[in-house]
Amino acid sequence: MSTLEIRDLHVSVETEAGPKEILRGVDLTVRSGETHAIMGPNGSGKSTLAYSLAGHPKYTVTSGEVLLDGENVLEMTVDERARAGLFLAMQYPVEVPGVSVSNFLRTAKTAVDGEAPKLRTWVKDVKEAMDRLAIADDFAERDLNTGFSGGEKKRHEILQLELLNPKFAVLDETDSGLDIDALRVVSDGVNRFSAGGDKGVLLITHYTRILRYIKPDFVHVFVAGRVAEEGGPELAEKLEEKGYVDYVGTPA
Amino acid sequence: MTTDTAQQAQHGLTEHSHGAGAPDHGGSAFDTIASFDVADHPVPHGREEEWRFTPMARLRGLHDDTPLDGHDYEVSVDADPQVVVETVEAADPRRGSSGYVPNDRPSARAWAEADKVLAITVPADVVAGKPTIVRLRGLSAEKAAAGHVVITAERFSQSVVVLEHEGSAAFADNVEIITHDGARLTLVTLQDWADDSVHLSHHHVSVGRDAVVKHVVVSFGGDLVRTSVTLDYAAPGGDAELLGLYFADSGQHLEKRLFVDHNQPNCRSNVLYKGALQGGKAHTVWIGNVLIRPAAEGISTYELNRNLVLTDGARADSVPNLEIETGEIEGAGHASATGRFDDEQLFYLMARGIPADEARRLVVRGFFTELINKIGVPEIAERLTATVERELAIGEGLPAATTH
Ligand SMILES: Nc1ncnc2c1ncn2[C@@H]1O[C@H](COP(=O)(O)OP(=O)(O)OP(=O)(O)O)[C@@H](O)[C@H]1O
Ligand SMILES: [Mg+2]
Repeated sequence: MSTLEIRDLHVSVETEAGPKEILRGVDLTVRSGETHAIMGPNGSGKSTLAYSLAGHPKYTVTSGEVLLDGENVLEMTVDERARAGLFLAMQYPVEVPGVSVSNFLRTAKTAVDGEAPKLRTWVKDVKEAMDRLAIADDFAERDLNTGFSGGEKKRHEILQLELLNPKFAVLDETDSGLDIDALRVVSDGVNRFSAGGDKGVLLITHYTRILRYIKPDFVHVFVAGRVAEEGGPELAEKLEEKGYVDYVGTPA
Repeated sequence: MTTDTAQQAQHGLTEHSHGAGAPDHGGSAFDTIASFDVADHPVPHGREEEWRFTPMARLRGLHDDTPLDGHDYEVSVDADPQVVVETVEAADPRRGSSGYVPNDRPSARAWAEADKVLAITVPADVVAGKPTIVRLRGLSAEKAAAGHVVITAERFSQSVVVLEHEGSAAFADNVEIITHDGARLTLVTLQDWADDSVHLSHHHVSVGRDAVVKHVVVSFGGDLVRTSVTLDYAAPGGDAELLGLYFADSGQHLEKRLFVDHNQPNCRSNVLYKGALQGGKAHTVWIGNVLIRPAAEGISTYELNRNLVLTDGARADSVPNLEIETGEIEGAGHASATGRFDDEQLFYLMARGIPADEARRLVVRGFFTELINKIGVPEIAERLTATVERELAIGEGLPAATTH
């Protein structure tokens, strides 16, 4: 049983005109076994929250806390956070030319587990996970994310999620850019990950579409860098009907 | 081949004049003196366009009058049985058969003073089963030496030739590479010298009708290594790929100069040089000159230089020049990019638990892997990968380059 606690988190980015505050006091607690959906209009700071949890150097935490089972996440380096059990599926996965998917997966698995995976079972695990996500075999030898379509990149993020098997997954708009078949494949992957009941999921999305496949226990409406409203799955239905108009004044 | 013609124009290069406001082409063979006579080449002092990046004081006089009569090196050969490797006299007619005429003083001096020629011949129609490897091992950098190599790939032959350099030396040499009709040749020159070595090297490639040439320069070791490659086409239809990989450490000067002369129609050239630098005063220079003459209709050319600066205090100069004298071409382009690590790539890898050092190694390896794969010689690939690893290990303790 693990807990990820975000307390009064303030984050800014450096701009030409000086620091600009994007997150303005975020409070959120995710426990293992729970799926939380964070929904909000474009520019509300959802990716900023995701990247800040992962430790992206562009974002400066000005105040607040992030605790993973009581440990101060903000003091950890990016790689330490991942090894502590945090995983971020990125909205825009980065292309890394010259690094093959299979080499990358093995290196990451070794880093996260602290030991190299047993070769035979590992090859089989990777192959099966790829099959389940309808990723063709030849992707293993391709350069990481390089030249992948938007949908292929998203499926690879979920492949990593399944293989690295963290405690908490932050999924930043994993649904955007997916056609309906891919959406189902990706959602199945997330559901497999959380099926054991000991994983926490923070599902960031702009649309309610993915919530037909991944059922959230809690929904948080994110507006202008903070949680504006929270509730159960019924809140998502309300957003489905009315959009964000109640929060931002214009339909988003 | 006469050696007494003063100021001989190299392939008519001297006819190619620049008016006022001509683009700065970084000092290439565009309009240099071409002559076999050493006296035609004044001693350079460093302010000349083609020497302005080179630390002259470290040349050990190779560009001046230091005798080149040292023989403190040994050569070993591991050749494909069908490939003929022989040491011949300087008067051998193969020497000069590429059409090359020395275009700077060290090259002219090496031409004048090399008393033997290493001649490698791939006979017509031979398909070599394994690379032919010539290893030159310098035993001392005390006395300077001159060398001459002629590689001839005859009609429709297919082969890989590797020239390896290691040990200590002060060495000036000329390498001529001649491909006849339809030949396919990959030539790799590998400079993995000891820290005290200086090497000034000229390669001239003559690409035959429909021949496919891959010319590869790899530089790791040495105090100062300056490699000048000139290439032209003997007939239409030739295809040249010029690849380079270099990795400069603290204090090293690695200079790569290229001149591709598109003097024939319907040919192709593709240049890709990639370098990494680490440590204080590591310096690399890349000058890529491409000239498309009026006759060169229907050609395509592209050149790209990329440098990865791993630590502060290292400097990469990169000057691509493209001069087009006919509009009737298929395509021409060039690009040059010098940068530090891509933070987004590092972040992505680290976000999967991979520690910073290892993430950097993956990225640098990846940076060179593309090039090593293009070389396409498995026997070399493994060695190059291992050498890149060794270089990275040297840089392990150094702080990474800071932003800006
Ligand atoms: N370097 C920067 N300079 C100025 N503003 C920035 C900078 N980086 C981010 N922002 C702003 O921060 C805000 C939050 O961006 P963020 O990417 O977190 O939004 P988001 O909710 O993920 O949006 P989307 O739904 O489009 O993915 C945006 O208004 C964005 O323009
Ligand atoms: Mg976003």
